[in-house]
Amino acid sequence: MQASRTIIDSKNNWKILNLADLWHYRELFWFLVWRDIKVRYKQTVLGATWAVLQPILTMIIFSVVFGKLAGLPSDGVPYPIFTFAALLPWQLFAYALTNSSNSLVNEKNLITKVYFPRIIIPASSIIAGLLDFLIALVIFFILMIVYKITITWRLLLMPLFVIVAVVTALSVGLWLTTLNVKYRDIRYVIPFLTQVWMYATPIAYSSSLIPEKWIWLYSLNPMVGVVDGFRWMMIGQQVLFPPYFFISLLAVAFLLVTGFLYFKSTEDTFADVI
Amino acid sequence: MSDIAIRIENLGKKYRIGANQARYQTLRESLTSSFANLFKKGNGQHTEDNTIWALKDIDLEVKHGEVLGIIGRNGAGKSTLLKILARITKPTTGRVELNGRVGSLLEVGTGFHPELTGRENIYLSGAILGMHRQEINRKFDEIVDFSEIEKFLDTQVKHYSSGMYMRLAFAVAAHLEPEILLVDEVLAVGDAEFQKKCLGKMGDVAHEGRTVLFVSHNMAAIQNLSTSSILLNQGSILSKGKTNKIIDKYLSNLKSSDNSSMSLLTEGKRSGTGSVKLSGFRIENAKGIPIDFIQSGEEVNFVFLYQKADLSNEPLKNVDIGFSIHELSSSSPLFVLYSSYMGTSFQIRSGNGEIQCNLKTFPIAAGRYRLGARITINGIESDWPQMGIGHINVVESDFYGTGQIGFGSTAPLLISGKWSLEK
Repeated sequence: MQASRTIIDSKNNWKILNLADLWHYRELFWFLVWRDIKVRYKQTVLGATWAVLQPILTMIIFSVVFGKLAGLPSDGVPYPIFTFAALLPWQLFAYALTNSSNSLVNEKNLITKVYFPRIIIPASSIIAGLLDFLIALVIFFILMIVYKITITWRLLLMPLFVIVAVVTALSVGLWLTTLNVKYRDIRYVIPFLTQVWMYATPIAYSSSLIPEKWIWLYSLNPMVGVVDGFRWMMIGQQVLFPPYFFISLLAVAFLLVTGFLYFKSTEDTFADVI
Repeated sequence: MSDIAIRIENLGKKYRIGANQARYQTLRESLTSSFANLFKKGNGQHTEDNTIWALKDIDLEVKHGEVLGIIGRNGAGKSTLLKILARITKPTTGRVELNGRVGSLLEVGTGFHPELTGRENIYLSGAILGMHRQEINRKFDEIVDFSEIEKFLDTQVKHYSSGMYMRLAFAVAAHLEPEILLVDEVLAVGDAEFQKKCLGKMGDVAHEGRTVLFVSHNMAAIQNLSTSSILLNQGSILSKGKTNKIIDKYLSNLKSSDNSSMSLLTEGKRSGTGSVKLSGFRIENAKGIPIDFIQSGEEVNFVFLYQKADLSNEPLKNVDIGFSIHELSSSSPLFVLYSSYMGTSFQIRSGNGEIQCNLKTFPIAAGRYRLGARITINGIESDWPQMGIGHINVVESDFYGTGQIGFGSTAPLLISGKWSLEK
């Protein structure tokens, strides 16, 4: 009977990582992911077809608006391919950012009714987007075949860029979801932030359009590196500025650590405030 | 090995009332208030008056295998205590030692997702309550059996009736096997038959030597399940002892309290001319003693306090007052009763006064409800606090006079009737 023993103390004795606790609830993490995936397209007429339609429709719109009408250059690559390669990581990122930022508030019912390590909530909320990503990836490969683009060994680096995209989303998401518990203004900030961020990322246009003297600032956005990385892997575009990319990775690491600490330091009050 | 399952020392929990009322802050409010505090700091005083101790100086030891009932009015701190023990919220003072795996059941259907099927929800809810997948696999058939919804196992839960939903949800929860089980008011649901089954299951749990802490307004359930109980009042333990004694004490306490009237005049959103305003209400039993809790079926008086705007003695004629009772989850009332429906209207002269309405048999099942009221004069709205004027708490009692508890709070209206077989 004495096997497990819990001490609840008013004093601030929080451990940064209670590994035993996390281990005990590891299955819950996957259950929440599984639920998100299951529920994602329920009660939609088209169901999982949305995962196919979304990137394709966006690609078409971008191709017409930015490629044809605005006539933005695409570095000699067919515009649809050019923009799709960027939309792949971007939609994954945008999904992960939005979902993790709203995650705690969305799980209010759980937070006020049952205990489990709260970090599971934002962490699990970003995973379901990976499924959509994989579906979009398959479409992309089909497009590559249609446009006769050669597939290279560079693709092996994809997991790296995916991880950067997801971790960037999580690091910002941790901050926003924690703030969101107390300040519901954040809800309105998220779509706006996502939109601004998208224009600050070379999705509809090529990063080669950026004037030389601003490149350092521009590439502090980690998604610039991710999107350029995708274009480099898929369509052989030149990577412009790896050194700055590494600086942006440092920024992500900083955000991730501080976001996590902020999350942990207010975790105890979630149920009272939310 | 000690035989103490739960040791609570000097436990306290302080809430900011402001944080409770305005559910969340906006960034702007927070920025402006921290700005305001910047200037206030000169006084060197921290405002303590908008905080409330939901629990204070709780010391308690619960032995292994003990089934402890926790009794008290709404706001006495029962749920806060369970929430602290369940590690949902953190105490402000004190310390708790829990020896054994803790499972909590603070709500029926925690983690259920309406879009998922019954089968899927068993796994999801089980995992959220802390069960492992193998454990759920092992108990799956038992859970389905217990819930009696086998046919609908692969139907989305949103298509379930509320009874089916509750049965499934409770079935999952009832198969948790923690050494310490915390239960909050979950038996106030479902039909009588199923309630009995749940009580039986809980009884099994209790007899298996597990420690159970059990909050309920259902005195019959507390009496059935727990041998000892504590009575909480305003965040402190008023007494601890044999369940029978504690229940007696609780019921006699309910009757004598006197704080159900409150000032309404400052309450927010309201419409009407304002010539006569509602300033408060209280509820009295048949003897005219103010009460906090209404027992289903008892005789009660609803007393409404009003205030006339102009101080002249000019009488106002044709004053009609009505009140309504709403379920918390619904905006449409369970009933509305205006004095004019009963052929009564009032003439108001002086500045302040009371109007009361006597109900012979209070027809509503146990639960918490919102009370609304409105005054009209010559058919023109004089005052209508749109968010209602307060809440009332109804506790279970022998409404039918037969000892039957009836259908439960999913059917909030109670009526009695005479049954016979036509020859």
